[in-house]
Amino acid sequence: MSEFDQRLAEALARLPEYLGGHVRVSMTALALGIAVSIPLALISVRRPAFRAIVLALSGVVQTIPGLALLALFYPLLLGLAALSQRALGLSFSALGFVPAVLALALYSLLPVLRNAVTGLGGIDPAVEEAAVGVGMTRRQTLWLVELPLALPVVMAGVRTAAVWVIGTATLSTPIGQPSLGNYIFAGLQTQNWVFVLFGCVAAALLALVFDQLLALIETGLQTRRRLRTALGGAGIALIVIGALVPGWSRSPPRYLVGAKTFSESYILATLIEQRLSAAGLAAARREGLGSSVILEALAGNEIDVYVDYTGTIWANQLHREDVKPRDEVMAAVTAWLKEQRGITVLGGLGFENAYALAVPKRRAEALGLRSIADLARVAPRLTIAADYEFFSRPEWAAIRDTYGLAFRNQREMQPEFMYPAAAAGDVDVVAAYTSEGRIAQYDLVVLDDLKHAIPPYDAILLAAPRDAQDRGLVDALQPLVGAIDVSLMRAANLRATAGREAAASPETVARWLWEEIERRKAQTK
Amino acid sequence: MSASPVISFMEVGKSFDGSRTLDDVSFAVREREFVAVVGPSGAGKTTLLRLINGLAEPSKGSVRVEGEDVRAADPIALRRRIGYVFQNIGLFPHMTVAENIAITPRLLGWDAATRAARADELLGLVRLDPQRYRNRFPHQLSGGERQRVGIARALAARPRIMLMDEPFGALDPLTRDALSHDFRELHDALGLATVMITHDALEAVLMADRILVLRDGKLIADATPRALLGADSGPRTPPLDPYVRELMQTPRRQAERLQHLTAGGPG
Repeated sequence: MSEFDQRLAEALARLPEYLGGHVRVSMTALALGIAVSIPLALISVRRPAFRAIVLALSGVVQTIPGLALLALFYPLLLGLAALSQRALGLSFSALGFVPAVLALALYSLLPVLRNAVTGLGGIDPAVEEAAVGVGMTRRQTLWLVELPLALPVVMAGVRTAAVWVIGTATLSTPIGQPSLGNYIFAGLQTQNWVFVLFGCVAAALLALVFDQLLALIETGLQTRRRLRTALGGAGIALIVIGALVPGWSRSPPRYLVGAKTFSESYILATLIEQRLSAAGLAAARREGLGSSVILEALAGNEIDVYVDYTGTIWANQLHREDVKPRDEVMAAVTAWLKEQRGITVLGGLGFENAYALAVPKRRAEALGLRSIADLARVAPRLTIAADYEFFSRPEWAAIRDTYGLAFRNQREMQPEFMYPAAAAGDVDVVAAYTSEGRIAQYDLVVLDDLKHAIPPYDAILLAAPRDAQDRGLVDALQPLVGAIDVSLMRAANLRATAGREAAASPETVARWLWEEIERRKAQTK
Repeated sequence: MSASPVISFMEVGKSFDGSRTLDDVSFAVREREFVAVVGPSGAGKTTLLRLINGLAEPSKGSVRVEGEDVRAADPIALRRRIGYVFQNIGLFPHMTVAENIAITPRLLGWDAATRAARADELLGLVRLDPQRYRNRFPHQLSGGERQRVGIARALAARPRIMLMDEPFGALDPLTRDALSHDFRELHDALGLATVMITHDALEAVLMADRILVLRDGKLIADATPRALLGADSGPRTPPLDPYVRELMQTPRRQAERLQHLTAGGPG
């Protein structure tokens, strides 16, 4: 099987789950959006002030970028869930479905609302007068005259909303709702363009099919061809039922492995999934989760296991800005996770993915650079490159102040371009990530941080509260603890990076990584 | 003539936001009577009509329909037993001709078969072929055909009272003549009590049994066309208001000119 066929087969295998999730979330959001905006439109028709406010508010919502709207709903719901837990003893999941539905429903308000207001407001006054004159009640006027006459305009709004919602639903992946966006997010991170394209085409096709079915209903109602209306309705019902049939969406496996939105996280999640499966435990991945979403999901038992970094939790959860040695940070993070969130640290994987200053090997030798302290002497003659956020992060302030670094020039660029720029001599020093595969690829050396100015970022394996006593899970993953040193992780990451050859899939890399781990264990015995 | 009037106004006043639209109006419409209401724009003609079917409530005095005070009546039920024909016709554009005609029967809960039969019957009454017209939509009809359907719709639930607000105002003269003639025949055949607003004194004279003249919210004349034209001024006839005399000049002059033309012609 060719690489392309293999990826296509893999994409098709995930279609039921992703398409099902996508249809469920977008249909629920659309239904909710319509259910809210039609009554709002009915109230607005006779109240111009109210109408102006409602339309302005829904217009504002529309200008919020889709990803931001979805992201904002997550902390909001987290707070709501905590509140309802405390006040009513009711808990609901702030992850995935609920925030995605709410954000998308809000998104669908404007087109439906605006069209409904226009449609209801545009009815000939002579017809309204006749409705009252022939003896219709207010309700009969609405159902027999106003709604049927406004219907074509309302339906046009519903169609616009449907296309928007189906398109925007691809962004619900980072808040934990499986959708066709999973293809796109995973594909972008693992440079799997078959996945990216597959996700885009599937979402576009779904939107197109849905739009055409709605058009069928619309013209059917307008020209009173019942067959058309029924056909369109049946098509939509079929799609929704298909997404709800349990056989299609399969009950999720017992164990869910989380992955963040970058390549290393995908590889490690795949490795964990493969180890669990090898131990006979049914496992699946929940990929592309946002950094703050993923920890909450674990604490809430919505995923079972994932790999995080001590420095991330130290800074974002413990809110610490000081730098402590590796062991101390590891101990503090482990204790904090257990006490505050009930999360178990199964152990460190054996490598760090921290910020590091790296220099091309030949240049380091020529300048006599071994540690960051050596760099201070020559820094005023050198240029440093980093990603867009590094120079505004506390890590940079710590390094700069500890070693008294002052570079001639600081440049910000895409990480992919930093390494070739250093190799070509355009920049002298790069703020790299220690487990980055391209450090080896471009023959860079990482300068030692003897004064421990850079916070440690040990990769650690975390298990959900409900899995703390799960021997099967712990035993299956124990072999990974301490088994991956930084050079092995770099090599793995490099394989997943497109260089002279196409990037390997996370599955392939994870299998290779496991073979290496076993080979190394056999050698040391 | 029967003793109790079908519609009666007793010292009715109506004001909107302090300005008076109707002032101390009293009159009665008896069974089988055709009453035309004429007067300049803004005289309060439409308000008078709206007071009869409960679309407006009197500020003073009382309006009775078939003996019942409209303020005490359920306005929805009242409207369903009064036929109403609008100047703008107001057919429901998303309903067929038959559905438009049978709308009030539908609201009254008649079954579908009875409604369909009634629609066909009414199409016949207003001289439209049921076969050809029942399944058409309003946009497929001419102006005259539309108003015929409008009249059929008003008659559908067998009302005893018909209210017409300038029903033929927007039609071309030929259609207008045919339709007004046909309606007067229907009025007599069905034994209706009709109140029709018009700004055309000639139409009022030719169609009505009695003419009410409204001006600035006041009823300044209530008499037969003959009386208003000054044909039978006797001792019992009160002196005519100058505006009424002016108003009734128009049909007279038209008739005289027409006579002059036909008499002085080459035939």
